[in-house]
Amino acid sequence: MSDATEDLAAFRADIAAWISANCPAPLLGRPMDENAIVWGGRKWTFTDDNQRLWLERAVARGLTAPRWPVEYGGAALSRAQEKIYREEMERLGAPPPLESFGLWMLGPALLEFGNAEQKAEHLPKITRGEIRWCQGYSEPGAGSDLANVQTRAEDMGDHWLVNGQKIWTSYADRADWIFALVRTDRDAPKHKGISFLLMDMETPGITTRPIRLISGKSPFCETFFDNVKVPKTNLVGELNRGWDIAKYLLTHEREMIGGGARGLLGGRSVSQILASQEGDVMADPVLRAEAMQLEVDALAFGLTMERYKDQAEAGRGVGNASAMLKYYGTELNKRRYELLMATAGSEGVEWDGTQGGLAPEWLRTKANSIEGGTTEVMLDIIAKRVLEMPNQ
Amino acid sequence: MNDMTQSLLDTEDEVMLRDAARGFLTDASPVSGLRANRDAGRAHDPALWAEMAQMGWTGVLVPEAAGGADMGHRAAGILAEEMGRTLAASPFLSTAVIAASVLRDAGPRAHGALQAIAAGEATYALALDEGPKFAPAATAMQAERQGNAFRLSGAKAFVADGTTAARILVLARTSGAAGDADGLTLFDIDAARAGLDRQALSTIDSRDHARLVFDAVEATGDDIIGDLDNGLAALRPGLQAGQAALAAELTGLAGGAAAITLGYLKDRRQFDRTIGSFQALQHRAAHLWSEIEVTASAIANAGRRLDATPADASLAVSLAKARAAQTAKLAVSEAVQMHGGIGMTDAHDIGFFMKRARVGAEWLGDYGHHAAIIAAARGF
Repeated sequence: MSDATEDLAAFRADIAAWISANCPAPLLGRPMDENAIVWGGRKWTFTDDNQRLWLERAVARGLTAPRWPVEYGGAALSRAQEKIYREEMERLGAPPPLESFGLWMLGPALLEFGNAEQKAEHLPKITRGEIRWCQGYSEPGAGSDLANVQTRAEDMGDHWLVNGQKIWTSYADRADWIFALVRTDRDAPKHKGISFLLMDMETPGITTRPIRLISGKSPFCETFFDNVKVPKTNLVGELNRGWDIAKYLLTHEREMIGGGARGLLGGRSVSQILASQEGDVMADPVLRAEAMQLEVDALAFGLTMERYKDQAEAGRGVGNASAMLKYYGTELNKRRYELLMATAGSEGVEWDGTQGGLAPEWLRTKANSIEGGTTEVMLDIIAKRVLEMPNQ
Repeated sequence: MNDMTQSLLDTEDEVMLRDAARGFLTDASPVSGLRANRDAGRAHDPALWAEMAQMGWTGVLVPEAAGGADMGHRAAGILAEEMGRTLAASPFLSTAVIAASVLRDAGPRAHGALQAIAAGEATYALALDEGPKFAPAATAMQAERQGNAFRLSGAKAFVADGTTAARILVLARTSGAAGDADGLTLFDIDAARAGLDRQALSTIDSRDHARLVFDAVEATGDDIIGDLDNGLAALRPGLQAGQAALAAELTGLAGGAAAITLGYLKDRRQFDRTIGSFQALQHRAAHLWSEIEVTASAIANAGRRLDATPADASLAVSLAKARAAQTAKLAVSEAVQMHGGIGMTDAHDIGFFMKRARVGAEWLGDYGHHAAIIAAARGF
């Protein structure tokens, strides 16, 4: 065994011991439903004390953001160490101590594009779960054509004045701050007049309104900006180069959404789903054939996620091929829920029956192939950037 | 499914092997070579096979002690993928993959046979199926015992490389009845043995396939591979290796057909524009590329599994073959459709891909056969 391999083995033993000693026992092996997720923020209330304790201990060890620098509250783990940390968390059944858009999206963007003051101000609050962020990208007139954002930030000398509307802002009603794409040059070509701006949601002039979805739930909001005054220091990166940051983050988001659909469904594989249904649903040859096909495709897609991760870890970027993960993973997840509903039969159509929660989840999956870039946009990216097919 | 130390990425050696194989096959065995073989009425070019032997490909799964390169199943898969891209026809799968994998587990008696395979001097065919679908346990062909000798009588319906192979691996029943997995015995016999009638089949892929009729063909105990009445166990390493390599070939074939089609989409003009600029065609091409990417992962995984834990590779191998059969079908269907009328002509190469994909989908188990194995392994 090489030194590096020995070091990793030692790290695995160490981190496993730490998780066992620090994650409160009642949290271990709990199903990861919506109530189990800790989002943090000013308005956050823990469902129980164990969640709070687990977050505090993870924060102290830098493990809410394992790969970030220690000075910002991270643990500065290598890729290999982070992978081991996640594997041990999964093996021991420990839940993530904190999930947030700050950890997933804004943090990586600030680390790449932010200045020293912005990093020092915002990153520690993200790793400690003190500030919850939301993402202000889409607008009524800027969906798939995201670069068409019209929300304006005017330079008023000592501040930006923001006016406009965002839509599909996830959990805007529960977030403390928003990172948004705003138009700072109306005369430039549309990709070249956008900037990346941070705003405190408590600033006068910002209001939010939840959108009721077909699932009956309201994870998304409309967010309105009416003469909102924003400090000049809140602009990230260069003026009018916000699209570069947006593209960087969209790649992140696509890998994440595609990855969420990997091989599992709320922790359950196709075979486990089928085992949980009453009677022998597989006696129907049509459903059986569908389940077999889904299993074949899900297994192969899971291997593809592994291969792409290996590629990223080898220092070779995945680049535009991430569009494939997003496309394939979300379409697979929709198929999985269609099968699940079909096997549940009439029990699946009750909002609160024995399969309670299934119908809203099934309806929620329909957004998978729309949010974060539609299936059609992903296919466009593959065709143009990967296959280099000609423009019209 | 995958051990974390077993990356699905090609290693540096594998990248070099792939590059070398692609370079060689593009020059020595382009798709036009298949056309030339077909028009000349031969299933493959012996000179090509001799060159493959020179490069060590025939010994890819032969131990070094028997003169092989012993590069492993992932390497065999890479070679097969590249052969699929140009539809290179050779006895590679039957001999260098299936027979070599069977014989390397057959003890010292097979040393000479393995040496002959590595040297490119011996070719093999596997005589298995008696009906139109892959079903080893359904074997009915009798091997009637007389002292230490056996008399083989019956017919094998679809034997790849069956007319040209010098030796035949044949599965026959020494006890039990058709449908029993037990009671089968695997024999390794000279193809010139008396009573063996080899009838060439004219198949759509223009390769060597034969119907083999055995009329009291004599074999002895020395011809048995593995144990009497336990032939499926002896055959298993060969079947798994063959299925994984055939899946790799089909994936390479899908990639080859997709590449030709993409070139056509970028070249062909209608309505005063390149047809590849139409979004309807772009999305079909992008979807096809995605399917090939996903299948390529299953191919790499099967090779890695066979190299690392062959006793536990069944699910990985069936996943590879199931995905590859479907992906190749999609690729050739899309390829012909997107070529339009020219794709329907014999003068264009794309039709060759469609014909080989259909044969490859059936050989060694179709999608349904392998999907059922996966479903059983996953508990439903």
